[in-house]
Amino acid sequence: MDAFILQILNGLDKGSAYALIALGLTLIFGTLGVVNFAHGALFMIGAFCAVFLQRILSLSFLTVDETRTDFLGNPMKVETPYVVDWFGPELGNAIIDWSVPLAILFAIPVMVFVGFVMERGLIKHFYKRPHADQILVTFGLAIVLQEIIKYFYGANPIPTPAPRALAGAFDIGTVIGFDANTIIYPYWRMIYFAFSLIIIGGVFGFLRYTTFGMVVRAGMADRETVGMLGIDIDRRFTLMFGIAAAVAGLAGVMYTPINPPNYHMGMDFLVLSFVVVVVGGMGSLPGAVLAGFLLGILESFASTSWATSALPGINQIIIYLVAIIVLLTRPRGLMGRKGVMEE
Amino acid sequence: MLGLSSKDTALLIIVALLALLAPVLLNPFPEASAMAQFNAGYPDLMQRFVIYGIFAIGFNILFGLTGYLSFGHAAFLGVGSYAAVWMFKLLSYNVVPAILLSVVVAGLFSVLIGYISLRRSGIYFSILTLAFAQMSFALAYSVLSNPKFNLTNGETGLQVYTDDPQIFHRAGLPDLPHFFGLSMRSTYTVDMGGWSFDFNAGYYLCAIILLVAFYMSIRIFNSPFGIMLRAIKSNQQRLNYTGLNSRPYTLAAFVISGMYAGLAGGLLAAMDPLAGAERMQWTASGEVVLMTILGGAGTLIGPILGAGFIKYFENIFSKINDNVLHQWFSFMPDGAEDFLVAIVHPFVGKGWHLTLGILFMLVVIFLPGGLVEGGQRIGRFVFRRNNRKGGGLEPDAKAKQPAE
Amino acid sequence: MSKNILTRRGLMRTGAAAGAGLAMPTIFTGQVWSAAHSGYTNAPQGSTVTLGFNVPQTGPYADEGADELLAQQLAVEHLNGEGDGGCLNTFSSKALKGNGILGKKVQYVTGDTQTKSDAARASAKSMIEKDGAIMINGGSSSGVAVAVQGLCQEAGVIFMAGLTHANDTTGKDRKANGFRHFFNAYMSGAALAPVLAKEMGSDRRAYHLTADYNWGWTQEESIVASTEALGWETVNTVKTPLASTDFSSYITPVLNSGADVLVLNHYGGNMVNSLSNAIQFDLLSKQVNGKDFKIVVPLYSELMAAGAGENIKGVLGSMNYNWQLDNEGSKQFVKSFGEKYGKPPSNSAQTCYAQVLLYADACERAGTFNPCGVAEALEGFEFDGLGNGKTLYRAEDHQCFKDVLVVRGAENPTSAYDTLEIVEITPVDQVMYAPDHPMFGGAEAKLGECNPGA
Repeated sequence: MDAFILQILNGLDKGSAYALIALGLTLIFGTLGVVNFAHGALFMIGAFCAVFLQRILSLSFLTVDETRTDFLGNPMKVETPYVVDWFGPELGNAIIDWSVPLAILFAIPVMVFVGFVMERGLIKHFYKRPHADQILVTFGLAIVLQEIIKYFYGANPIPTPAPRALAGAFDIGTVIGFDANTIIYPYWRMIYFAFSLIIIGGVFGFLRYTTFGMVVRAGMADRETVGMLGIDIDRRFTLMFGIAAAVAGLAGVMYTPINPPNYHMGMDFLVLSFVVVVVGGMGSLPGAVLAGFLLGILESFASTSWATSALPGINQIIIYLVAIIVLLTRPRGLMGRKGVMEE
Repeated sequence: MLGLSSKDTALLIIVALLALLAPVLLNPFPEASAMAQFNAGYPDLMQRFVIYGIFAIGFNILFGLTGYLSFGHAAFLGVGSYAAVWMFKLLSYNVVPAILLSVVVAGLFSVLIGYISLRRSGIYFSILTLAFAQMSFALAYSVLSNPKFNLTNGETGLQVYTDDPQIFHRAGLPDLPHFFGLSMRSTYTVDMGGWSFDFNAGYYLCAIILLVAFYMSIRIFNSPFGIMLRAIKSNQQRLNYTGLNSRPYTLAAFVISGMYAGLAGGLLAAMDPLAGAERMQWTASGEVVLMTILGGAGTLIGPILGAGFIKYFENIFSKINDNVLHQWFSFMPDGAEDFLVAIVHPFVGKGWHLTLGILFMLVVIFLPGGLVEGGQRIGRFVFRRNNRKGGGLEPDAKAKQPAE
Repeated sequence: MSKNILTRRGLMRTGAAAGAGLAMPTIFTGQVWSAAHSGYTNAPQGSTVTLGFNVPQTGPYADEGADELLAQQLAVEHLNGEGDGGCLNTFSSKALKGNGILGKKVQYVTGDTQTKSDAARASAKSMIEKDGAIMINGGSSSGVAVAVQGLCQEAGVIFMAGLTHANDTTGKDRKANGFRHFFNAYMSGAALAPVLAKEMGSDRRAYHLTADYNWGWTQEESIVASTEALGWETVNTVKTPLASTDFSSYITPVLNSGADVLVLNHYGGNMVNSLSNAIQFDLLSKQVNGKDFKIVVPLYSELMAAGAGENIKGVLGSMNYNWQLDNEGSKQFVKSFGEKYGKPPSNSAQTCYAQVLLYADACERAGTFNPCGVAEALEGFEFDGLGNGKTLYRAEDHQCFKDVLVVRGAENPTSAYDTLEIVEITPVDQVMYAPDHPMFGGAEAKLGECNPGA
């Protein structure tokens, strides 16, 4: 039982990341009809917003400490972050410690801007081009973006820990009547799950209850008619691209304390997020979210010992196996609309 | 000639000349010169050009004609390679049975995957093929390489060991893949002035197979079958309403292109007897998609150009290090030299991915039809000039196929 | 007009070649060197000799490859008599004079392995076929090492492996033309086990998470064998897919399994993530079976330590070399490397540096670049002064035997470079094994014949 609950938690946690990325991807598919292979790169850029902010906050000046020596035997240069110097060690270190949550505020404008530039500068010219061209150009863009990050930050993962107050794990088991130390779960992973629910809810609410969202939804269903009504649907779609980029970016920022980010993390998620979107059904936002959590949970259960002993290697292929089964039994994924990307 | 129109015959002859003279054409710079870095006329890379050319030609039969975008074609390349290496391990290093079996195995594998995947179209088809290929990769990388049942030898790659049976191997035959005794690695090197040209047996085997493959692809493009495939691409629904069942045609195209991929995989193993699981990874499938689109999907020659383009960058640009850069710019004053090296540095060596990404974007933005369109534009430019003087060539009707 | 065949038995075609040669028009002139003249692949012509440095430059291990490349460039400098001479000053063999190798100036070419066996072989082939490289050095994974080693054997050049830790490289896949300086999984187990027993007691219960590919399996096998020999019990061994990024679903079962030690047989990004995840779940602050829970990472590298950040504090592991080692060779190397690049060398950098010097020295002692002569000079060679202390290149399997370091993540590092501290230097005798050890292919494992190529 405890193992079961733990794997559900793991699955929800993995699913949060999948759902957030797939949500952004579907927004772009659904509104603009563009196959965006650079979406993983947006997730990665979000994560590096956190890295960037951490680096900025820990910008340091050097003082020479004569009492100690460095690896070459020279007097050691000690780095002191400016913020520590300005605000004193307590507040200064606390600011650096909280750099990941602070990066959320920093990442939103950055990501919206990145999305905006991407759409206006590049994607816009590809609406009428074949999907194959869209794939090629966005894949090229993804490579360029990740190589730029690699040029500045290297290929090695960069530790970006959660604030100390939020590190560590909580013993959920004791609350719901299990022995101590049977069901423990890290605070940050629970935060990630909650955060993803808020974002998902926010996006759905925005589309459902605002006039802007209503127009966008109308545009998704029938772009031409909305255009004929004299509404500048293009501008709204541009903003939607910015929002999709921001969702991917925030998923990236929040992911950094879970796994240290590296420049190719976007590519690692890219294929998976496409599978999630398609399993959910093309053009369906609830489908993407549902498929994200479903695949996350299935993946978690497939990696348990009893699953792998029953079917060796099941943990390696579960996602793809599920994708095949779903697509063969439900032609348009879980909640797909007819005619979207079927040509 | 050979049942081809005069235009296609001309194209085939041009490709044949390019392929046969590649060892000379690809080594335009004298060996000692600083530009020798850009020479591509060494056996391994020429083999790769041709083999990936075959792979892309086959992919184009499916994607270029029917519009079905498979994201899992690397799986067929991979099983082809594994089949070939197993033939080396069990029978002998002769490449003929290995290549034949690789085509057959890849064909059977593609019947299975194609039959299931073709039940869906559009992106659902793409994801199905991707899922099968990724499963194949995961299985080959670890599950099928456990000590009890080692089919693929996992991460290291399947290779031939001295204690393998090799029942037809005799003393006197090369200890490497060979064509009835002619080692795939035997190379004539001709030194001519400052130049050095390698004429490699394995390369010529690949080149001849490429010509056969290319000829067959021209025939398929022009056959009633090819026209049927194009009809599927332009409007499958209408075709179905006329009472035609299109699936046998798409399945046939899928299997043919799977066999091309298996052939390429078998040749890769024949040139270098090792089959690595990474050959099946989605990045490898993506690579052939990129090659085809980059060169010009739906055109005859495009996929070969795209394959050459990507392989050239992978193998030539990745080897340019700062040392080489300093040699190039050594004629300049010191400050300017360092400045130029600093400018070029991010784009070569470990930055070759960056250059490739930028070029993908530039090509697709400015040449929607791929490299073939670039060639056509140049051709048209020249043609227009000629036209003023009267006469000139007709633009290539074949290459006018839309890019999707 | 010349001919070079990269196969051993390909000489049968020499006759045909000669015939064709006679028929050639006389415009084909140029340097004439026949097979009889050189006798081996890529015999250096003129006043230079070319080495091939094949390291990952793209993909997850690009930084490690970059570090290896720096070390190799430094070695070339020292061989050519530039810089401060580095370990030429401390090397026990005095054959190298700082005038290149056998009087020829050393040049190098570089390539990108992409940490894929296919790409690595393509890159090595291009160095051999196009650039005339006489040896290939470097790499950062065992799959690549075994693949490239096989290629070098076929082509008839020497392969000096970089970072490769699986037993197979000098075990069942050993080759006459291939040499490994780096230590291996068996040695990690043999060196770690006594320290683990000393620090954690001999009645521990271990839970293994293992990367599901060749290296991971040999690593797990070695650690399980050496810890069980000391009385530990192995509760479970779980294979994790290489592509995993989130290890939470593998970590959660650990606490309730009754295990009190977690062994992470992971490398690179896998290790960074699995260790970070384990720390998130607060494993280290738990008590199981009345003992403090512990985590062990059998194979450490500086870059992994940097990637995992504070999570490595107190976690034990092993290394081939660490710049903090206090011997003459090490101090000299750290000084040369540090002054040139502004940071201390990593352990894979040290291996690649030592391999270049060892190769050059073997050529000098053999008086030839012929791979068979070089291999003979390396076999059974005992040396000192390259940073690891006294070392033997064993003739039977071309594996180096030297002391192994057991290290621990430092509690209070003073800089980015001393995040690992040396706990113990396990003497070489403790990590010795027989060449026909079952983990190394048993009695069937053979080096085969040395292949000089042409």
